Amino acid sequence: MLKTFSLGGIHPEENKFSAGKKIEVLPIPTQVSVPIAQHIGAPSTPVVERGDSVKVGQIIAKSSGFVSANIHSPVSGKVFKIDKVLDASGYKQMSIIIKVDGDEWEESIDRSTSLNREITLSAEEIVKKTGEAGIVGLGGATFPSHVKLSVPPGKTCDILILNGVECEPYLTSDHQLMMEKGEEILVGTQILMKALKVDKAIIGIENNKKDAIEHMTKLAEQYKGITIQALKVQYPQGGEKQLIDACIGREVPSGKLPIEVGAVVQNVGTTFAVYEAIQKNKPLFERVVTVTGKSVKNPGNFMTRVGTPVKDLIEAAGGIPENTGKVIGGGPMMGKALASADVPVTKGSSGILLMPDELSTRGKTESCIRCSKCVSVCPMGLLPYLLMTLSQKAIWERSEEERVMDCIECGSCSYTCPSNRPLLDYIRLSKGTVGQIMRSRNK
Amino acid sequence: MSTLTISPSPHVHSGDSVKKNMYGVIIALIPALAVSLWVFGLGALIVTVTAIAASVLFEYLIEKYLLKVPSTITDGSAVITGLLLAFNMPSNLPVWIIIIGALVAIGVGKMSFGGLGNNPFNPALVGRVFLLISFPVQMTSWPLPMQNTTAYLDATTGATPLGIVKEGLANGTSLSELMNQVPSFVDMLVGKMGGSSGEVAAIALLIGLAYMLIRKIITWHIPVSVLGTMAIFAGILSYSNPEAFAGPAFHLLTGGALLGAIFMATDYVTSPMTNKGMIIFGVGIGVITILIRVFGAYPEGMSFAILIMNAFVPLIDRYVKPKRFGEKVK
Ligand code: SF4
Ligand code: SF4
Repeated sequence: MLKTFSLGGIHPEENKFSAGKKIEVLPIPTQVSVPIAQHIGAPSTPVVERGDSVKVGQIIAKSSGFVSANIHSPVSGKVFKIDKVLDASGYKQMSIIIKVDGDEWEESIDRSTSLNREITLSAEEIVKKTGEAGIVGLGGATFPSHVKLSVPPGKTCDILILNGVECEPYLTSDHQLMMEKGEEILVGTQILMKALKVDKAIIGIENNKKDAIEHMTKLAEQYKGITIQALKVQYPQGGEKQLIDACIGREVPSGKLPIEVGAVVQNVGTTFAVYEAIQKNKPLFERVVTVTGKSVKNPGNFMTRVGTPVKDLIEAAGGIPENTGKVIGGGPMMGKALASADVPVTKGSSGILLMPDELSTRGKTESCIRCSKCVSVCPMGLLPYLLMTLSQKAIWERSEEERVMDCIECGSCSYTCPSNRPLLDYIRLSKGTVGQIMRSRNK
Repeated sequence: MSTLTISPSPHVHSGDSVKKNMYGVIIALIPALAVSLWVFGLGALIVTVTAIAASVLFEYLIEKYLLKVPSTITDGSAVITGLLLAFNMPSNLPVWIIIIGALVAIGVGKMSFGGLGNNPFNPALVGRVFLLISFPVQMTSWPLPMQNTTAYLDATTGATPLGIVKEGLANGTSLSELMNQVPSFVDMLVGKMGGSSGEVAAIALLIGLAYMLIRKIITWHIPVSVLGTMAIFAGILSYSNPEAFAGPAFHLLTGGALLGAIFMATDYVTSPMTNKGMIIFGVGIGVITILIRVFGAYPEGMSFAILIMNAFVPLIDRYVKPKRFGEKVK
């Protein structure tokens, strides 16, 4: 029986054009621009200076707190400058710009492709090394992984859940990674299980990836404690709370983290990065990025160094189509529209999606006809139509009461509304303000 | 590549629109319209065309000259109001009364509150109840089925099944005898009985329901709770005294129960926003309908019941919340 989460959900057109496309290694660009804020939490502190020579995998910016992450050079060459550069957020961010020279890696990195099953590090060492390797959630949330692996005192974790759902339409990088690096992901899973001291792990995969379900199920027979759970195709199943609900039927309470119900969630791409960090001594400086879109000539999945300009990726997929009206970093439901194709790929870039003109603008907003469709699709059981009205009228107290902070910004409400109402835009505004009010109250 | 659009996520839309939903409802009403034309002939045609034309025209005029806002007549909602208004009138109603009904429905019921989405009461029912109170004689003279194919104002009339039973019981006739005077259940199913022009066709209305459910225009909650409640309530009454109270089948097939439950109570604007709320709303309508029919002054109660429950919708929406994620106890 296919499982899924209990509340709401939608099923947008899948459009997985790049499914089954082998991961291609993208040529190294002539220059990379590596932002120092690629993760949730404090920006890192640069530890190189203009003119310094760097190798691939060398640390170039240090984590500046517990919730922060190291950043490693994705290329070898010379630091050209450290300056503010436009990135995917739409703002100019401090970035380390490196002119590429050759491809010389740190000697400590094991570049062989052989599978290394034996886990020698202790739980504590794994957590520490995951942090050192600069690993963050690669599904798009970019939350530093070592933080999630450090179970807070008083809480217990009894299960690890891996996100192989890839519920965003168009994207296929995790899918392809499971097909090509399945064993590595399973060893990575065991590493995470060891770090969390749990003996059970579930990998959730949606049923539109039957080949991956079959492949992983077969491989997993050799790995104790790991099961594959096929899931009904339903967005936003990749949301942590939804995935936990779908796989094990536990509901994370409002305002709480998954650990509250004894679960930790990691994405399969992140798990692969953990494998490479622990078994191959390789920090995180490259990742698989899907490049896709309805008019893209050769949609595909590319192993890309962080800092590579997005336009290089688009070039590799056949060039930017004439009718492109929007370039999205990430998927169509939660991704960010990019201001330019010059911005760099970061650790959180799961895909580059090109939207043709006619799909780039929104329909005309009409008045709410009270059809209640936004209510029935909300996976958090909220009342989007009401939250929007409250936000428009700046009634923050009631917004908080109506649990606006529970919103996971999945966009299902805006997607569904027949009146094209910008529900999530207003809800975000409200979350910002209500969040501030709540924080100032706690001070 | 020209300039890139920057907008917040989501970047895709379902493609659903107000029009699609409204036209969907209109399509769902077509089978019932067909039966109405078959059963009541020319009169039904005149009533329907007049009601739709007048509703659309009034919406156009009010938006253009009074409110001075862009016209919304193409969204289909005025057509639905007109169609439902016609369905709730006898097929021999004079044109001028129909026009007054449309003016009240659109002008008072809808536009005075700010147009589509803002009206608390179902506009067609506002029009209908206004007419029922203002023109009680014309609004309760019911053309006989299958006998007035070419007649309009001169149609031969008779009582509706609900009217026959109500009157008969008041005069002391036994229910079993009255049941012989009303059309058979088979005739009721296909629409061969007296009544408002669009309420008689049980099967056609159910086809419309199925269509709207499949197209996800509405959910099952309201129709099922209204009809289920009526059936249970009528069942209990009839079980307690079979000679005084008609049974569930009779109540469900007569007096616009299906038309109301499927098409009037489910009006987006005037019904609750949560599934739980919809069920409360539906149960309320079911109970009130039977109470009015059995114990009230009018033989039928659906319109009043829906309007009464419409008034409770803001209260229901304020206090009935959906199940929130994370409320389940582990
Ligand atoms: S964006 Fe927020 S309010 Fe809208 S459906 Fe998702 S969780 Fe619900
Ligand atoms: S989906 Fe849009 S029109 Fe329907 S109730 Fe929600 S906000 Fe209103």
